[in-house]
Amino acid sequence: MKIMNCPLNGPRNIDEFVWMGDVKSAPDPACSDHEWTSYLFIEDNLAGEVDEWWIHAPSNNWFIARRNRLTDEILWTRNPADYFSAGKS
Amino acid sequence: MPLALLKYGLNAGYRDAPQLRWQPELKKNYDVIIIGAGGHGLATAYYLASRHGISNIAVLDKAWLGGGNTARNTTIIRANYLTPEGVAFYKESVELFRGLSEEVDINIMYSERGHFTLAHTDAAMRTARWRAEVNKHLGVDSEVIDADEVGRLCPTLNMSEDVRYPILGALYHPPGALARHDAVAWGYAKGAMARGVEVHPGTEVTGILKQGNRAIGIETDRGTIYAGKIIQAVAGSSSRVSALAGFRLPIKTIPLQACVSEPVKPILDQIVVSGSLHVYISQSARGEMVMGGATDPYGLYASRSTFDFKEGLMAHMLELFPFMAELRVLRQWAGIADMTPDFSPVMGLTPVENYYIDSGWGTWGFKATPVCGFRMAECVATGRQPDLLKPFALDRFHNFDLVGERGAASVGH
Repeated sequence: MKIMNCPLNGPRNIDEFVWMGDVKSAPDPACSDHEWTSYLFIEDNLAGEVDEWWIHAPSNNWFIARRNRLTDEILWTRNPADYFSAGKS
Repeated sequence: MPLALLKYGLNAGYRDAPQLRWQPELKKNYDVIIIGAGGHGLATAYYLASRHGISNIAVLDKAWLGGGNTARNTTIIRANYLTPEGVAFYKESVELFRGLSEEVDINIMYSERGHFTLAHTDAAMRTARWRAEVNKHLGVDSEVIDADEVGRLCPTLNMSEDVRYPILGALYHPPGALARHDAVAWGYAKGAMARGVEVHPGTEVTGILKQGNRAIGIETDRGTIYAGKIIQAVAGSSSRVSALAGFRLPIKTIPLQACVSEPVKPILDQIVVSGSLHVYISQSARGEMVMGGATDPYGLYASRSTFDFKEGLMAHMLELFPFMAELRVLRQWAGIADMTPDFSPVMGLTPVENYYIDSGWGTWGFKATPVCGFRMAECVATGRQPDLLKPFALDRFHNFDLVGERGAASVGH
């Protein structure tokens, strides 16, 4: 069983979490269609360390995890407020 | 074929005929370079050489021939998709598969089994009817059958109502088939190499050379080579290779796991799938129960196996086939799949001139091998997107024209 550390609930079975994809910022809604569709559909899909949104489904708690997509390691998990106020280190 | 076999059998000499003619050295220039020596890349090379007279081709692979997802799929072939675009595409693939043993002179052990997509809910029955109607309209043999008929055609299936998800009926697709995946790759390689195509395993692409927006060559760990046209067919690494060419894709890379049981005598002739339970099963020619499910719950570039996958799969599998409780798992593995938002491939022209792509092969790549090769060859030879591939062009994502193929393997609907 793989364990993920929820910032709110502590260590839990990874089955309880839902992967929500890369942390990325939305473009200005007045941007071009191409820019908007790129934001919606096109992925960096990096093979390495990536910051991602995750949800702990039973408590509906959204948070951010840094994960290595080559090694399947979870480096850390963090509350969004801490993540965005402390910078992205 | 039978006559040739008889002649060979009666020939006292049994001369040694090497199946693959290797060229050890890389040339400096090719008409076409294909990145990825899997089924798709080799099929493209084969049809370029056999149908379009282009044989100055190098097929490169960082590992070996047919060693990626070509070797890791569960070999199911069918055309009973949901969208008209998908059905027409996979129908052509089934037709090419049927003649493939003759075409490439290797027995791919094509075996029609009948394909059952079980429905456990009214919603799934409705989708089955929808798929059957689209299929019939396009000349693909599919029909909806009720639970009695499912039990009659597939007697090993547990039709009891005392289970969590009783079977209400199924989408029955008689042409559903299995084939030897390795033989498909080797057959195309053999046919292509006999026509002068070079296959270079152990050759990793490290960069794409461009002049302005035109691709002109490739940097590899064995030196730089130049080509008039370049095709990438590297499902599992599509985003990484397209990044070398300078563009991004609508792809998330997610493992897809599978496993086989120890081999037993023939007991399951059919291919059985349940979209609601996210499982599918067939029995291979050597007796192993070949089983798989949905893609992993999160993206990853590692082909590791998990206990979670097995646990989820077996819980449902034992409900469908209780006798499987007696069987042990022999092997478990994963392939690295390209998942697109609309469960359809991304094929054809790219934003880079003279650079073509065959990607987005999530859980539906093996069954498309012949049609991909056939149509990608046409695309590259003519420089235009063939009609059959137009719905799968990369620019559909920028035109809000997604395909929405929910008939893809083990995708719930």
